[in-house]
Amino acid sequence: MATETLPVYTKKDFQTDQEIRWCPGCGDYAILSAVQSVFAELGVRRENFVFISGIGCSSRFPYYMKTFGFHTIHGRAPAIATGLKIVRPDLDVWVVTGDGDSLSIGGNHTIHMLRRNVGLKVLLFNNKIYGLTKGQYSPTSEIGKKTKSTPFGTTDRPFNPLSLALGAGATFVARSVDVFQQHLKETLKKAAAHKGSAYVEILQNCNIFNDGAWFDLTEKDARSEHVVQLEQGKPLIFGKNRDKGIRLNGIDLEMVQLGNGITEKDLLVHDESDPRSAYAFLLAQMADRPGFPTPIGVLRGWEDSPRYEDLIANQIREVQAKRGKGDLAKLLRAGDTWEVRA
Amino acid sequence: MATTTVNFPGRKRETVDKAVIRFCGDSGDGMQITGSQFTNTVALYGNDLATLPDFPAEIRAPAGTLPGVSGFQVHFSSNDVFTAGDTVDALVAMNPAALKMNLPDLKPNGILIVNLNDFGEVDLRKAQVAVNPLEDHSLDGYRLFPVELTRLTRAALKDLGLDNKSVDRCKNFFALGMCYWLYNRSMETSLHWIETKFKNKPQLVQANRMAMQAGYSYCEATEAFQISYEIPPAKLAPGVYRNISGNTALAMGFVAASQKAGLPLFLGSYPITPASDILHELSAYKDFGVITFQAEDEIAAVTSAIGAAYAGAIGITTTSGPGMALKTEAMGLAVAVELPLVICDIQRGGPSTGLPTKTEQADLLQALYGRNSEAPIPVLAPSTPGDCFWIAMEATRIAIKYMVPVIILSDGYLANGAEPWKIPDISELPEIPVHFETNPENFQPYRRDPQTLARPWAVPGTPGLEHRIGGLEKQDVTGNVNYEPLNHERMVRLRAEKVAGIAQDIPDVVPVGADSGDLVIVSWGSTSGPITAALKSEKFNGRRIGHIHLRHLNPLPKNLGDVLMRYDKVLVPEMNMGQLVMVLRAKYLVDAEGFNKIQGKPFKTSEIERKIEQVLARA
Repeated sequence: MATETLPVYTKKDFQTDQEIRWCPGCGDYAILSAVQSVFAELGVRRENFVFISGIGCSSRFPYYMKTFGFHTIHGRAPAIATGLKIVRPDLDVWVVTGDGDSLSIGGNHTIHMLRRNVGLKVLLFNNKIYGLTKGQYSPTSEIGKKTKSTPFGTTDRPFNPLSLALGAGATFVARSVDVFQQHLKETLKKAAAHKGSAYVEILQNCNIFNDGAWFDLTEKDARSEHVVQLEQGKPLIFGKNRDKGIRLNGIDLEMVQLGNGITEKDLLVHDESDPRSAYAFLLAQMADRPGFPTPIGVLRGWEDSPRYEDLIANQIREVQAKRGKGDLAKLLRAGDTWEVRA
Repeated sequence: MATTTVNFPGRKRETVDKAVIRFCGDSGDGMQITGSQFTNTVALYGNDLATLPDFPAEIRAPAGTLPGVSGFQVHFSSNDVFTAGDTVDALVAMNPAALKMNLPDLKPNGILIVNLNDFGEVDLRKAQVAVNPLEDHSLDGYRLFPVELTRLTRAALKDLGLDNKSVDRCKNFFALGMCYWLYNRSMETSLHWIETKFKNKPQLVQANRMAMQAGYSYCEATEAFQISYEIPPAKLAPGVYRNISGNTALAMGFVAASQKAGLPLFLGSYPITPASDILHELSAYKDFGVITFQAEDEIAAVTSAIGAAYAGAIGITTTSGPGMALKTEAMGLAVAVELPLVICDIQRGGPSTGLPTKTEQADLLQALYGRNSEAPIPVLAPSTPGDCFWIAMEATRIAIKYMVPVIILSDGYLANGAEPWKIPDISELPEIPVHFETNPENFQPYRRDPQTLARPWAVPGTPGLEHRIGGLEKQDVTGNVNYEPLNHERMVRLRAEKVAGIAQDIPDVVPVGADSGDLVIVSWGSTSGPITAALKSEKFNGRRIGHIHLRHLNPLPKNLGDVLMRYDKVLVPEMNMGQLVMVLRAKYLVDAEGFNKIQGKPFKTSEIERKIEQVLARA
């Protein structure tokens, strides 16, 4: 197989014949489209892609991708994908999940997958609401939010998904937006290239139960003022006139207006490969701070950490090199034995 | 029981056909090691045997208290052994708490060795004993040997320069040495074990060796013991034997299954008593390519195994009742996506956390029915520690052949209990054929094999077989999501039919004893031993009693219903409130009667005997 040349794929090669059952206008369509386009370009044979999902609107995703796909149970996709990836490290395994699936019922599997650095690409569709169960608040819903299950507003503090991922030791953490197609595609490619766990939060609009949750970032007028695009080696600049920036002040971030003696040189220069996650953590937290823009792009992309499945395979190889391959007859007779003669 | 008596100068050596000995003491006294050492020695000598380790769930309850008592019982014999023994011939009690807890099981006139140094006022208070039993004549009905185990061990090791604490930890080997003398056994096996165990601590090798030898010499020199016993080897079937516990056998059975199937073995597991030893054991077999994944929880344990099975490995998960409860939803997923998976439930007392270290077989209904909706799963149960090896292979074979999750119901007694096991020749092991789908032509993920109704195993990475599976109901053949009423009914029935069809692949029941008549006893799991032993009783000569021991609980053997009808009465002893009996009554409309014990302990042979007598008397 390895000698065969890679077929030339187009987006169409990744589309299935299944009728797509997302609501008209759902942000998931845009994400699906971006993924299908990017997959055609990744240089991976189609049969080597696997999509594993949990439960929720986002988790129907595998049915619409003409790859191997497994729509599993609520929250457990990372664990199922981990088992798959350990046995078949050669496969390209993607996990599709939502804010409820990944951060609520599946929170435990999410953090443990990240701490192990299993070579999985996780697409977290964050719409800050439970869609498939028809409109209850999610672990990313803003405090006070009135939903079907919180008529007087939520009293829960929300998770910041990327802070959580970084806290769990994630080696690749990124954010993009359903409607920023070009940015989304670039981000997906970077996630695909990362060896260990890649956690990508995709801000996604649920036009039925939480319409406009991200309008602050996505509406034309708001976008440039409320989003800072992270680019490796470039300063953190944003604003319609590219006249605002982020600089370091002590151990905190500070938003500054360029001019009056403040130049680009004073600003933070983005370095996703910083071995310590403190910097990425500051970036992740920006989204929650009033007045600060929401960073999109790769917050952290640190390659210098071994993949879990490789460590497992190496350990087996090392033991086999030392002891030789297991001999069943010897194993059964290990320890003290005695013979009963006829 | 005595058959011959040989007189040595001043001492008697009596040849008997069996003995039951129990070591008991504080959790910190090393009773499990002492018991295992004695067991290995008598096993290597050629006795048949069964063991019953009995230890508290607490790692170290306060020393000397009743909850801290740990015990290890071994029954060894020159005949077949089916149980660890109802009562004990010799009891070694390291402190008053151990004595209080275990004395009721000592036979009248049985040998009782106690550590005299641990019967002070404080020790008695900790054991909540008001009067010193060594002084109030309450032990007059036994052959009491109060031995200063602590003082004598200290004296024996005084020149080693070890601290008292380390010295005192050797007193269990002093007691072991005494028992070797008492039962005329060589110390060689244990000497070898000590050397290996403490190979990096030469001082401890010396200390334990000297303590054991001192115990042996003590018996020889003091003439305290006027009699010793000899139990000749058993007439086991020819072959090479080893001692094996249920958990070890299960682990090795899976390695064997992996080798025979030619597939990697993947264990997803979360530590839980009494199943953890399987994880420990398998994690050591990296040379066999075994992958062990200590998951973040029980759910990740089973789901990672499902992921591994999806990838084409043998996916297994090991747990106990509370853990299987957590795995329930994922097991339903395995039923729906029809992937091979083996779930091992090493049952313990419940509900909830219950009795973590004690045995029970009350998860049968959970295994059979404990899932949402119609989710049939084949269920197998081993009957002895050694049988766990074969059950692991069979469960794997069924899982792969039928593309189905399979449950193994072992229990704490089988898991930790040990018996001599005839090591099979590799050529005797059953084949486990595997077929991965590779042909993309007309491939359909839910097109079934007409014989087995299994769907194809089409693993990711196979060109042209890209397809989607999932927990949603799927269309017959294509596997596409489908909610149509008739399709759903068809799929529910197909999944049930597939599991029911496994009955064609398992042996018919052949009752042991009478194949029709007064009474049939139906059992499953670890109760096999005491029932087999009870039916050997001369009391039942002339009565027509059959015994059916079920290894397959779903599906049940196809002739079971017919066989049950051939007897006047059906008795079902179980360590639960009556679960198999409920199934048998429902399925075969038979007036089966339950006999239930829920004490965290296996049935005694005498309990089964009495029950059979009662039932027969009512005839």
